[in-house]
Amino acid sequence: MAKYLGKRIFYIILTLFIVSTITFFLMKLMPGTPLTNQAKLTPTQIHQIYKQYGLDKPVWQQYLVYLGGIIHGNFGTSFQFSNQPVSYLITSRLGPSLIIGGQGMVLGVLAGLIVGAVGAIRANTWVDTSATIISILFISIPSFVLAVLLQYYLGLKLRLFPIADWGGFMYTVLPTLALAASPLAETARFMRTEMVDVLSSDYIELAKAKGLNKVGIIYHHALRNSLIPVVTIIGPLAVNIMTGSMVVENIFSIPGIGEQFVKSILTNDYPTIMGLTIVYSAMLCVVLLITDIVYGLIDPRIRINK
Amino acid sequence: MADNAKQTSAADFTPIAGADRAKLDDEKIATPSLTFLQDSWRRLRKNKAAMIALIILIILFILAFGSGFFETHNPNATNPNLANLPPKIPGIDINGFNGTIEQSGSRINAYAQANAGNHFYILGTDYLGRDLFSRILYGTRISLEIALIASFFDLAFGVVYGITSGWIGGRVDTLMQRIIEIMLSIPNLVVMVLLILVLKPGMTAIILSIAITSWINMARLVRAQTLELKNQEFVLAARTLGESSWKIAFKHLLPNLSSVIIINLMFTIPTAIFFEAFLSYIGIGISAPQASLGTLINDGQKNFQFLPYQMWYPAIVLSVLMIAFNILGDGLRDALDPKSRE
Repeated sequence: MAKYLGKRIFYIILTLFIVSTITFFLMKLMPGTPLTNQAKLTPTQIHQIYKQYGLDKPVWQQYLVYLGGIIHGNFGTSFQFSNQPVSYLITSRLGPSLIIGGQGMVLGVLAGLIVGAVGAIRANTWVDTSATIISILFISIPSFVLAVLLQYYLGLKLRLFPIADWGGFMYTVLPTLALAASPLAETARFMRTEMVDVLSSDYIELAKAKGLNKVGIIYHHALRNSLIPVVTIIGPLAVNIMTGSMVVENIFSIPGIGEQFVKSILTNDYPTIMGLTIVYSAMLCVVLLITDIVYGLIDPRIRINK
Repeated sequence: MADNAKQTSAADFTPIAGADRAKLDDEKIATPSLTFLQDSWRRLRKNKAAMIALIILIILFILAFGSGFFETHNPNATNPNLANLPPKIPGIDINGFNGTIEQSGSRINAYAQANAGNHFYILGTDYLGRDLFSRILYGTRISLEIALIASFFDLAFGVVYGITSGWIGGRVDTLMQRIIEIMLSIPNLVVMVLLILVLKPGMTAIILSIAITSWINMARLVRAQTLELKNQEFVLAARTLGESSWKIAFKHLLPNLSSVIIINLMFTIPTAIFFEAFLSYIGIGISAPQASLGTLINDGQKNFQFLPYQMWYPAIVLSVLMIAFNILGDGLRDALDPKSRE
C-alpha cells in the first residue's frame, strides 16, 4: 500500500510538473500584452513595468523562477489586481467553490443513487421510464441554461432564494441545484445499469431462494454490491462540477475560483490563469487518487498493490 | 428388421412431387440470415424513442445545412429599427406568435409600434434587429459541424491510438497509457481554454482544442477491448495462418470493435456540442457577428426578464440537439450490444 501510494504521488507530482511547464510556455506564446494602453507608455515605463513583473529576463530564467515559486506555493503576482499575489487570490476564493462544488456533488450523487436504484428495482415499468427521462434531461440540458432558469423562476419569480451574491446557506441553494443536475443524471444512469446487473446475478437468486424478504435482499445484497463500481465515476463527476462551476459561479456572482478563472481569461491575467490551471489539475489528481484508494478499500477483490 | 432393410431397392425411393413438394417448403424454419448491422438496425427500429431522436436529428441536419434555403433573412444583417421584435407568424393569433408583447401590464403590437410594415420574423429579432430564426439555424450548423469534426478525430486518432496501444502492448503500451493518464488529470476545459487563448478565439481554435481533448476516452475503451480480443481464438487462428500483425489488427479486430466505437462516438458528440456552446457562452468561442447557440443563449439571457423568447428558442434547440443525440446513443447501445440490456 505504501509503495502504491508513493508511486501514485510521484505520478501526481510529475503530472503537475508537466502541466505547469506546458501552461508556462503556452502563456509565453499568447498574443497580446498585459498592458492595456501600451501605446500611451514610453519605452522606459514599459521597461520598468516589465522589470517589476520579471518579464525582462530571458524565457528560460523566467521559467526557472516560476517553477521555484510554485514549489514554495508562490504563483506570482496577478496582472489584473496589481500587487495581489495569485496564491492569495486563489486561497481566498477556494472556500465558496469548494462549498457549492461539494454540496452539488453530494446532492447529485445521493439523488442519482436513489433515482438509479429505484429505476433498476422497478425495471421496465413507468417508474423506470421516468427515471430514465429525468437522467436524459439532466444530462442534456447545459448547466448554464439550467442555472439561468433556476435563477429566474425560483429566485426572481417565486422569491424563494436570493438570485445572486454570497453569504450564508440560502445563497448556496440555487448554485448547488444547478451543479447537482449533471452528477445526478450520470450517477443514476450508471447505478441503474449496475443494479440491473446485480439483481440478475446468482447470489441474488440464492437469496431469493432462501426466502429472504425483498427489502433485505435489496438493502443487504443488491444495493451494497452495486454501490462499489459507482465510486469509479466520482473522478469524471468532479470534472463536470469544475466545468459547471465556472459558469454557475458567474451567473450567481459567487466569489469562487471558477468565476475568477473566467475573469482572468477575459483580462489576459496570465499568472492567475496559470495558477488556477495548476490548482484545478491538482484537485482532480487528488480526487482520482482518493477514489482509487477508496475503491481498493471497499472492494477486497481489487488488490491495490500489484 | 435388418432383413427388411436389405430388401429395399432404389425403386422404393421416389422423389416427392407436386403438392407434396410444396408442403415440404412449409416446414422450413429458415429466414434470410441477417448481418450484424442489419440485426442491430432491426433492434434499433423497435426502439421508438431512438427512432424519434433519429428523425429529429435528420430534420435538424437538413434545416441547418440547407440553411441558405430555409433562412428567412440574412443571419448577420442588422436592422436597428426592427430590434427586439417578438415572434410573429402570419395567420396565427396566439400570444407569443402574433407579434404582440406585454409591456407595463398590457399587450401591445410591437410590429405596429416599430413600423415594421410587411416584415415578419417567425422567432423574432435580437437586440440588433437580426432574425433569430436564421441565427439559430446558423448556430445549429456550427454545433453540428463541431459534432462531425469531433467524431472524425475520435475515429481517426482515438481508435488508432487505442488499437496500437493495446495490440503492441509492452513498453509502448505503458508509455502510451502514461500519456493518457497525464492528459486525464487536466480538466478538458482547462486545456481548451489555454489553447483558445494561445490561438485566438474562433472556429479553428475550438476545432483544435476539441481534437486534442475528445479522443482520450475512445482510446481507453478501444485499448481495453483490444486487450480482451487479442487473446481470443480467432486471432490465434489468423496468426497461425500467417496473417501479418497489422492486417489482423485492422481486418479482424476492427469489425469486432465496431460496437464499442459507435457507442462511444455517440457520447463524444453531445460532449463536443456542449463544450462549443459553453466556450461561446463564456465569450471565448465563436465570436461576433457569427452566431453559435452558446452566444445566442448568452445574448438572450441578458433580456430574459422582458424578452424571454430570445433565450428560450436557442436554449430549446441546444437542449433538443443534446437530448436527441443522447437518446440515439442509448438506443444504439442497446441495439449494438444486446447484452447490456437484459
